[in-house]
Amino acid sequence: MNARVGQLRRESLEAVPHISTERAELITEFYSSDRTASPVLRRARAFAYLMENKTIFIGDGELIVGERGPAPKATPTYPELCCHSLQDLHLLHDREKIPFASPPEVRKVYEEKIIPFWRGRSMRDLIFEEMTDEWKAAYEAGIFTEFMEQRAPGHTVADDKIYRKGFKQLRQEIAASLAALDYSRDPKAHAKSEQLRAMDICAEAICIFARRHARLAREMAKQAQGRGDSARAAELLRIAEVCSWVPENPPRDFWEALQAYWFVHLGVITELNTWDSFNPGRLDQHLHPFYKQGLESGTLTQEGARELLQCFWIKFNNQPAPPKVGVTAAESGTYTDFANINSGGLTPDGQDGVNDVTYLVLDVIDEMRLLQPSSNIQLSAKNPDRFLKRALRIVRKGWGQPSIFNADMVVQEMLRVGKSLEDARAGGTSGCVETGAFGKEAYILSGYFNLPKILELALHDGVDSRTGRQLGPRTGCGRQFSSFDQLMGAFRQQLHHFIEIKVRGNNVIEGLYAKYMPAPFLSLLVDDCIARGRDYHDGGARYNTTYIQGVGIGTITDSLSAIKRHVFDEQHVSMSDLLAALEADFVGHERLRSRLRDDTPRYGNDDESADAVMRSVFNAFFQEVDGRPNTKGGRYCIDMLPTTCHVYFGSVTQATPDGRRAGEPVSEGISPVQGADRRGPTAVLCSAAKMDHALTGGTLLNMKFTPRLLEGEDGIANLAHLVRTYFKLGGHHVQFNVVSAETLLDAQAHPENHRDLIVRVAGYSDYFCDLSRALQDEIIARTEHESF
Amino acid sequence: MEMHGQVFDIRRYSVNDGPGIRTAVFFKGCPARCAWCHNPESQQFGREVMCWPSKCVGCGACTLVCPAHAIQMEDGRPVVDRKLCAAGAEGAGCSSGAACVEVCPVGARTLVGRTVSVAEVMAEVERDRAFYDQSGGGVTFTGGEPLAQPEFLRALLEECRRSEVHAAVDTSGIAGSRVVEDIAPLVDLWLFDVKVVNPAKHMMFVGCSNQPALDNLRLLARRGSRIRARVPLVPGINDSPDDLRSLASLLTSLAGNQPEQVDLLPYHRAGIEKYARLGREYSLEGVGQAGAEYIESVMRELAYLGLDTVTRRGG
Repeated sequence: MNARVGQLRRESLEAVPHISTERAELITEFYSSDRTASPVLRRARAFAYLMENKTIFIGDGELIVGERGPAPKATPTYPELCCHSLQDLHLLHDREKIPFASPPEVRKVYEEKIIPFWRGRSMRDLIFEEMTDEWKAAYEAGIFTEFMEQRAPGHTVADDKIYRKGFKQLRQEIAASLAALDYSRDPKAHAKSEQLRAMDICAEAICIFARRHARLAREMAKQAQGRGDSARAAELLRIAEVCSWVPENPPRDFWEALQAYWFVHLGVITELNTWDSFNPGRLDQHLHPFYKQGLESGTLTQEGARELLQCFWIKFNNQPAPPKVGVTAAESGTYTDFANINSGGLTPDGQDGVNDVTYLVLDVIDEMRLLQPSSNIQLSAKNPDRFLKRALRIVRKGWGQPSIFNADMVVQEMLRVGKSLEDARAGGTSGCVETGAFGKEAYILSGYFNLPKILELALHDGVDSRTGRQLGPRTGCGRQFSSFDQLMGAFRQQLHHFIEIKVRGNNVIEGLYAKYMPAPFLSLLVDDCIARGRDYHDGGARYNTTYIQGVGIGTITDSLSAIKRHVFDEQHVSMSDLLAALEADFVGHERLRSRLRDDTPRYGNDDESADAVMRSVFNAFFQEVDGRPNTKGGRYCIDMLPTTCHVYFGSVTQATPDGRRAGEPVSEGISPVQGADRRGPTAVLCSAAKMDHALTGGTLLNMKFTPRLLEGEDGIANLAHLVRTYFKLGGHHVQFNVVSAETLLDAQAHPENHRDLIVRVAGYSDYFCDLSRALQDEIIARTEHESF
Repeated sequence: MEMHGQVFDIRRYSVNDGPGIRTAVFFKGCPARCAWCHNPESQQFGREVMCWPSKCVGCGACTLVCPAHAIQMEDGRPVVDRKLCAAGAEGAGCSSGAACVEVCPVGARTLVGRTVSVAEVMAEVERDRAFYDQSGGGVTFTGGEPLAQPEFLRALLEECRRSEVHAAVDTSGIAGSRVVEDIAPLVDLWLFDVKVVNPAKHMMFVGCSNQPALDNLRLLARRGSRIRARVPLVPGINDSPDDLRSLASLLTSLAGNQPEQVDLLPYHRAGIEKYARLGREYSLEGVGQAGAEYIESVMRELAYLGLDTVTRRGG
């Protein structure tokens, strides 16, 4: 990288995440004085107020400009969603992992202005007020989590429209939609009109925001000229020109395309604290026409394009995920905000989507080595091996990016739920591994679901053994079960009960967001919100999916497999003895524990009997969730991914019959239990491929290799074969950690020597030293595939 | 009646034993006794008990159940009299799971070697077929010495041919020429060890004559079989200028099909602990692991002699 990029990168890495009260103060000011009755118009005016009044920042040497806060890593808060208490701020400031500096002046502002206004009025307050006692009991017991208790639904990705249209044209479309409203025949016409007018306000506001950057750039250019820095002055004038053109008008070149996206990104993450921030999606395909035209006309060089992309990358890294507390911090304990750039895959007309920009993007990922943005490749059977191998050469360096997706399976998953072929091919994956139709879908992750905990309840007549509380229906005590099928029956009943509770809660929460917290700016970016005159949170998107994410399939599979073999098939352990051992956390039952661990068919070994158990659990979860209607005219689907929730779920789950002790993490994603897979990587992939991935909206498989196994060209070729074969067998996603256990242990002992060590966690990469001790241990315990 | 044989391991994702992703089937029993062998459990025919001193808690349970009274406690540790141990004679004198292994509460004893049918081996081999298809891999019969169980090997090779699985045989070549001639048409690739060319040295370090191996190598070259030569490189044992000269001259003067590749397998000490687990002595105690510089100098020397070699860490 050149000196400019090196300097910007260093500044980004060295900037300390801290809380900025600017947004909270502006939004409080606005809400204190505004009298708008319509929630959507009020949200639009609040957005415009932010865009017109927030601090504009242009850093030294920057080419792509704009920050969410007043400076890099100055992180805003969203009191209308979640109003942090003073105690929260102290905790954020002092906690060892993922801290946010919140000095006394921040706390003072909170104490005097923010908390008095928002306490009891935030969406978080509203949500908890509306939840039933049984929902709260299940939530507190750690059966599921709730994504919307601190952050807003987002979970969506941009398509190519902003490169084709510009907001001026979007405003014309809004005007056309408004003109077409039939107030006498359409009873919703007025609601649509409010929605459309709100969207128009937001479209105008983002253009104002861009022009404020243009103005500042011009002023700074004058100052630069004044101190004799005519090179920087020229750059600033160019920035001013770019910012006065986009995003109002469609970009005319590569630079404007990147800047247009960045303004849109800032708009989305300033309007609300959207989960997974926002994401340019198929960046290589969107940029390719600009790249080609620039090279042909001589206005762009490859090096120039690389520099702009690198500057763009740094902008993502400057935006830590806004502070999370409580269960949300436990389920997603990271600064990463999951913008996950897709490369390769298919074009909307089904051709190989790899182009020159794809390779440029891969170079940038390699060279920048930043946590944010996350990156992945979409690998289709139509893509060349050169593409896969280029990506794997980055993977081999061991910091977990890019992850690898099966583009053909992703399309199949979307077709199964009725999306059009073109929309499916233009889609991809975002967040960790979630499938979606980019620019056309609201695909909301609603919460993780603790599958091993459900088994625990099924073994204890619905009683939470940690608290002694009757949580679920009385489905009988494990001691009374005379067959494995009976146990599975109890498991299904418990599962049904808690999925019902979760879905009922989701329905309320979706309704609260539709009613009180619409997202008119985000709605501009997702088809067909303008055509329908409906908000993104209210079914305006062409496709509306609600996901529930299953966690711990490896742990529950091995647990059921152990019960099946030892209690029912071979009958050398009674259920009473097993339950007593679990109750005692295996203290005094060491022999039984080693038998359960070592003499049980376990998932991840291509063992038919264990994998059959996995499939039956998977099918039960799928059948319980899939196809239920959501509030937006869409449907429920399942995902199999954990972020960091497998550690939290483990902490609330007693010892399990696979030999896991109470409190230890459960398995993550669809990976086998840490250390249970002993037959090499092909066996893991065969086991994982026995799950029907097409029925999901994403599965997450982590594999760990020693660096030695991937040495040389053969190492890359064999890894490529593993990936291609897994995808041929129907896998959705795989990601790799390539770092030895010794290195990780040394990093635990001497974090000061390993501050820059990045590892793959689950669907994203993170600094090893930023992870909780439990998560560090969990990663070390993952089976390391060695060469032999 | 279905054919059975003795194996001690079947390993998937084997990437150093022939092209692509392969499953390696390790035959148990070998006529050679290479001093540097890193799989000593491959040498004897029949099952053996391996002991893991690091796991043993010295409870003595194994001494009580051994039907052959082959285990005695010495200094609080069980010691096996290998002459008395009847694990190799499954069914006659020792139970199918080996009583001492089954009774051990901490898993400090394991049984190496099992009798398997052709169908059982093939079922395991079949499991990674998708990976072979993708990578151009297949199965490698290795050991031990696959040629030492010729009927079993032949039956497996016939199955591979029938089911279109690429089959490689990794051999010391120490076998009768009739065996080699008989199966050669069924073998897609030979991984042929060339250990020591000097006959006297071979006798000393491998424990038998190398004449059959050299004859078989020439035979396979003449009949046009595909061959990869595999040369263990053991410092101080087969790396003298004379050794390298005779190696190069042998491999560059074969009449017929020359080896398509010569793999240099640098000596490593990863298998030493296994000797103790089997109650045996390791005779190469003083030999150091081959370093990268040393390996390169040998490769240069061989190249100068007209023999190009390939090496890979992790053999």
